[in-house]
Amino acid sequence: MANLSSEFLGIKSPNPFWLASAPPTDKAYNVNRAFEAGWGGAVWKTLGEDPPIVNVSGPRYGVSYGNDRRVSGFNNIELITDRPLGVNLAEMRQVKRDWSDRALVASVMLPMEEASWARYVPMIEDTGVDAFELNLGCPHGMSERGMGAAVGQVPEYIQRATEGCKKYACIPVIVKLTPNVADILPPARAARAGGADAVSLINTVNSIMRVDYDTLSMYPATDGMGSHGGYCGPGVKPIALHMIAEIARSRDTADLPISGIGGITDWRDAVDHLALGAANVQVCTAVMVYGFKIIDDLRDGLNNFLDEKGMSAVSELVGKAVPSVTDWQYLNLNHIEKASINQDLCISCGRCHLVCEDVSHQAITCEVNGERCFEVIDEACVGCNLCVSICPVEGCMTMKQLSSGTDPRTGQAIVNEKADWTTHPNNPMRGK
Amino acid sequence: MGMTEQAPADIRPGRLGKAEIVANFSEMHPPLSRPEALIEADRCYFCFDAPCTTACPTGIDVPGFIQKIRSDNVRGSAQTILSENIMGGMCSRVCPTEVLCEQVCVRNTLEDRPVRIGLLQRYATDSIIENGLQLFQRKESTGKRIAVVGAGPASLSCAHRLASLGHRVTVFNRDEKPGGLNEYGIAAYKTVDDFAQKEVDYILEIGSIDVRNGASLGVDFSLADLRKEYDAVFLGFGMAGVNDLSLGNGLAKGVIDAVEYISRLRQAADKSELPVGRKVLVIGGGMTAIDVAVQSKFLGAEEVTIAYRRGAQQMGASRLEQEHALTSGVCIRHWLAPERLLLSAGRLSAVRFEHTHLNSSGKLQGSGEYCELDADIVFTAIGQRVLWDTLGDTAKLLELAQARIAVDENRKTSLPDVWAGGDCVDGGEDLTVSAVQDGKLAAIDIDRYLRRIMDVGE
Repeated sequence: MANLSSEFLGIKSPNPFWLASAPPTDKAYNVNRAFEAGWGGAVWKTLGEDPPIVNVSGPRYGVSYGNDRRVSGFNNIELITDRPLGVNLAEMRQVKRDWSDRALVASVMLPMEEASWARYVPMIEDTGVDAFELNLGCPHGMSERGMGAAVGQVPEYIQRATEGCKKYACIPVIVKLTPNVADILPPARAARAGGADAVSLINTVNSIMRVDYDTLSMYPATDGMGSHGGYCGPGVKPIALHMIAEIARSRDTADLPISGIGGITDWRDAVDHLALGAANVQVCTAVMVYGFKIIDDLRDGLNNFLDEKGMSAVSELVGKAVPSVTDWQYLNLNHIEKASINQDLCISCGRCHLVCEDVSHQAITCEVNGERCFEVIDEACVGCNLCVSICPVEGCMTMKQLSSGTDPRTGQAIVNEKADWTTHPNNPMRGK
Repeated sequence: MGMTEQAPADIRPGRLGKAEIVANFSEMHPPLSRPEALIEADRCYFCFDAPCTTACPTGIDVPGFIQKIRSDNVRGSAQTILSENIMGGMCSRVCPTEVLCEQVCVRNTLEDRPVRIGLLQRYATDSIIENGLQLFQRKESTGKRIAVVGAGPASLSCAHRLASLGHRVTVFNRDEKPGGLNEYGIAAYKTVDDFAQKEVDYILEIGSIDVRNGASLGVDFSLADLRKEYDAVFLGFGMAGVNDLSLGNGLAKGVIDAVEYISRLRQAADKSELPVGRKVLVIGGGMTAIDVAVQSKFLGAEEVTIAYRRGAQQMGASRLEQEHALTSGVCIRHWLAPERLLLSAGRLSAVRFEHTHLNSSGKLQGSGEYCELDADIVFTAIGQRVLWDTLGDTAKLLELAQARIAVDENRKTSLPDVWAGGDCVDGGEDLTVSAVQDGKLAAIDIDRYLRRIMDVGE
């Protein structure tokens, strides 16, 4: 059995799965239940100054789902904690005392004034929490008051907030980044420049779920009006993975530890995050939908995976896939693949033909010798992977590399040495 | 029914309690709920050149209507179905989907469980027909008049299409109610809540269709009359005659025509009042045999046996229908050909059968071995035929094939202004859905014919 125990910024937890700062970590009752279920750590729901904010008493959540109502995306407009600071601090102190083997992190969102850092940071640290996480990403409500994403979208503010917190904190400071930016690297660099010990990402994505088809007003709404929320859940994972990989592979941010957040529902999602550079992961939407028990699958799914890969610790997986991420211009243009159909597995639905015919390169037959039959036409196939992606039968369609001879499409000989866009004759920037 | 001197056979109504009979005749396949339909719709792969569509005699765009169920566009879904098959509602109940669309579903290859196309079709059409949401309207009137003989699936399909194309239609129906076999011939548990009439009402709602009930070809009017009076004629009078056993004493008391009995069952408001035997024997191997056997069982017959002269493979009833009979408690005996009715005091008591097999050249042959099966009632379900002698000069005017009307691919007869479809034409599949297709194709061809005449006239 692989060792799932995790150490992030020196903070030990029995597994790399933390609950993200969100509704599930609103109070001791929930966090106790999560720890009983086996979660490795929790980032307490974001603390703010007293008096606490207030939430709407209408719908805070909206989801998108498939026909069996399986949730594919989630949106919320809940703000930071709406409980007095003192109540939260007392509960955090007790929880940390009761669960010393688990990670407990205080998420904070404070006005951009040194006085507030000076006042609150030591007070919060005194509860015994293991680290701070600066909430610079909350995209709704708080941003209208100049906090959350309003800070996280301006690298200069990120740096200043990080410096403010670091100045008064003795424990590590994690900076939580918003994805609502054009490029994640400037915010990551700013956090680093401000002295951040780590970054966590992503926070939620600005979103409106849909309209109400009866009233033709946005949904969800409070008293007929709605406000954009933060999108999360399975749909945002690819966005998170890209941003994590960018930070992990960029020379000036690569050494910044990352706590991965975004669309983690099962252990495979965690593998994605870890392999692309996250040192641990945080989960929210999946427990909002399925409850804390999913930790069972997360833990032993990851454990079995590590065993199968012959890895003895999570740390061996971290960043494993980062070297495989590059810029498009460095992709090998001499590498040729063709789609291939296993006729024994083919159920003759013809979807591959349909999509290739309609939107791609007309490279799949629908008839061979007068019979319904779907075969790849190598002379036309550009290897785009569309058919393989939409084939309903797993393993029926695969991509096969051509490693010798000529490409029937171009008539050009297969060349085994790599050549990319930087050296391609069509590149006007070549050699510049 | 005077049976005074001899001991009466055990035939009586009320073998089961009323509640039990009502429960037995409740719906065979209950409809899908909305969540069930949405999930089932998600199972469709939306195949290219979908095999289900090819397998549908009316060519319904199956993936198309399922896609629309999936997106909650039920009205659009029903439109897709009903524009190809105006009786899509009834067909979703009675089509042997297991040998049509669902048999060729590619999901069978993957998991041996097709998309439940029939039930999805019902989901889409029920909501439209139950809510009376009219999806069709008539085109501008052409002033042309067409006579339609019969009011079954072929005739009503034809009438509806003609009306929607702007023509005026008169339907001559020999029965009391329109609907044909949908109303009189389908097992009661396959269509409950008077659905057949609701569907008829929906079809007629388009307007320009005048239905004359109790009007019989050959009695009240002749084909020649119709040709004189109307611009075109469609014949969809079905097969009013049933084949008899040809055992010489086929008229013995206790021998009942299954088609007639099924019709009585369908029309009976209180099914517990229908008499049924303790021991019931059904002779035949098609859907009618299954329907009468299962319904006898549901009425409380103790022993119901279907005797068929060939094997399970050759039965006209689909495998699923056979399984339904077996799980309903019906016994199916194969390779038995009826040889003689055994009577006791002029009344049926048993049937003597000869065992059969296929000889080396594949012909059915008696083996010379015999057996007897006791019966209070024998239902004959060995096929139907057109009763030409009751239809006046009709047969003389038309070219026939296999004792049915010969038609071309547009369902046109040998006469230039007469079309035909449904069970009375040669070459059909004897299914509701193929009758609907016949009517549709004929209407499209009639429309072409009439518009050609109009063009010439102008």
